[in-house]
Amino acid sequence: MSTPQTTSAPTAAGRPSTTLTRLTALGRAELTLLGRNRNNLFIAALMPLLMIFLLRSSLKGVDESTLGISPTAATLIGGTGMVLLLVVYMSFVSSLTARREELVLKRLRTGEATDPEILAGAALPATAIALVQCAILTVGGFTLLGADAPARPDLLVLGLAGAIVLLAGLAALTTTITRTVESAGLTTLPLFLISSFGSGLFVPRDALPGTAADVAQLLPLSGVMEFVRAGWLGTAHAGSLLTAALNTVAWAVLTGWAVRRWFRWEPRR
Amino acid sequence: MTAEALNPAIEATDLRRSYDGGFEAVRGISLSVPRGEIFALLGTNGAGKTSTVELLEGLAAPTAGTARVLGHDPYRERSAVRPRIGVMLQEGGFPSDLTVAETVRMWAGCTSGARPAGEALASVGLTGREKVRIKQLSGGERRRLDLALALLGRPEVLFLDEPTTGLDAEGRRDTWELVRELRAQGTTVLLTTHYLEEAESLADRLAIMHKGRIVLSGTPAEVTAAQPARIRFALPAGVPAARLPLGLKAAEEGGRIEIRTHALQDDLTALLGWAREQDVRLDGLDARSASLEEAFLDIASRTEDAPAGHKETVTR
Repeated sequence: MSTPQTTSAPTAAGRPSTTLTRLTALGRAELTLLGRNRNNLFIAALMPLLMIFLLRSSLKGVDESTLGISPTAATLIGGTGMVLLLVVYMSFVSSLTARREELVLKRLRTGEATDPEILAGAALPATAIALVQCAILTVGGFTLLGADAPARPDLLVLGLAGAIVLLAGLAALTTTITRTVESAGLTTLPLFLISSFGSGLFVPRDALPGTAADVAQLLPLSGVMEFVRAGWLGTAHAGSLLTAALNTVAWAVLTGWAVRRWFRWEPRR
Repeated sequence: MTAEALNPAIEATDLRRSYDGGFEAVRGISLSVPRGEIFALLGTNGAGKTSTVELLEGLAAPTAGTARVLGHDPYRERSAVRPRIGVMLQEGGFPSDLTVAETVRMWAGCTSGARPAGEALASVGLTGREKVRIKQLSGGERRRLDLALALLGRPEVLFLDEPTTGLDAEGRRDTWELVRELRAQGTTVLLTTHYLEEAESLADRLAIMHKGRIVLSGTPAEVTAAQPARIRFALPAGVPAARLPLGLKAAEEGGRIEIRTHALQDDLTALLGWAREQDVRLDGLDARSASLEEAFLDIASRTEDAPAGHKETVTR
């Protein structure tokens, strides 16, 4: 501190920060942090694979006529949903809560990054990991499980994109009821459970009884899962896809509004 | 000079801020800081300093009133203001698992015209600490890193919320030196502090806040001059305070006498002359000019325990 080097002209233009530089910087820092947090790394990297193996072994014995689709296809569809839930939703809730409690979010808000950039930057690594795992799942399903390649990759990609946006938003919303990183396991459970059973992750939706299936159709992840399913199987009708798209858009708008209304950038004192 | 350069760097008009519970932390603050000035906001804990600064930084919208920084609304026109200001919050806010270098790199990506990391760290004496994790830094080192990041974009206006809290004496002096150099380069600085010495030695002007309002403001000399000097001593047993010379306003508390005066030299002469004449020994005699501390304590006590309690004013 003896020789402060602040003598350069204060007007020096330098490189301006842009959305790209900010997202890169924030995403890179977040990825570094993810690599250093054993719990989050486990949830993000290993847990999805574990769940897929569980899913596969539990579906193996189930008759194809009960499922409506082959056990392998059910594994791949459920596995995709599992990856998205565990990586994008659950790990993002705990990392975002950690940043809030460490006052990182508040500090970032004093800088040039906008609020959406701060959230998007923090969600980038989880999103990238989820996409890589989905890619592994697709290739692995094709080469190891003998599944067909996705029939409609375009619908699969749309489903993934919608799911990531929606889940990142729901994750941000969930942090408002998550006081500490430790409690994230509990606060993320409701969405995890209703999605697992109601949105066609563990149990294909066709296997649900009539009324339950109708209600399940309204759940937040049901729309994007419909796209994922259609992407893998290529069996969708325009009508069900339209319903699914409407469901997703409605949930996304609702979530966006709720995040703007309730999201907290600093710890409750 | 352009029209913008003539505007004050920071301006607040009747700023108010209420929290959800209804508590009004800021109750009508008006202030104006010209370019290149160091302005200090003083106050007891809970006086509303941080709540005020957060409004000026654009972290929250005021409940009423207006804030202007470099001619813009810091909350609504965030993107116009942020590239030109630097902010150091009262409490850090860096991920504990990142290293110093990684933190600077993250911040640089979010800062227009960021200085090189090495230069920024050198300016706060953190050279050689690049590979250390934030959680392993001492409290003082974290404060200095925070300052380095606030300065990363060569801001025109700098907000420092208690910049030297947690620093040792040397670190504090170094920070003061740095702030003075920034002023020499034309940077406007608004700082909050509860170290009176800091405000007295750094600030061109200061304001003392109490319960959400500014109760006293001016240059340190003006604020001090408004306060009385103080003489303190103990009278020996058997000499009642009532025997003190005429004209001295004294307060007695448990045998200790306190005289407040705007004519220190005259009153001290009178007191000492009287003591010699009466052969009275004044134990623990202590005479001091008015200080910012006096002003500060006066304000803190003024509204808190308005009835002077056990103090008894003796006037003769």
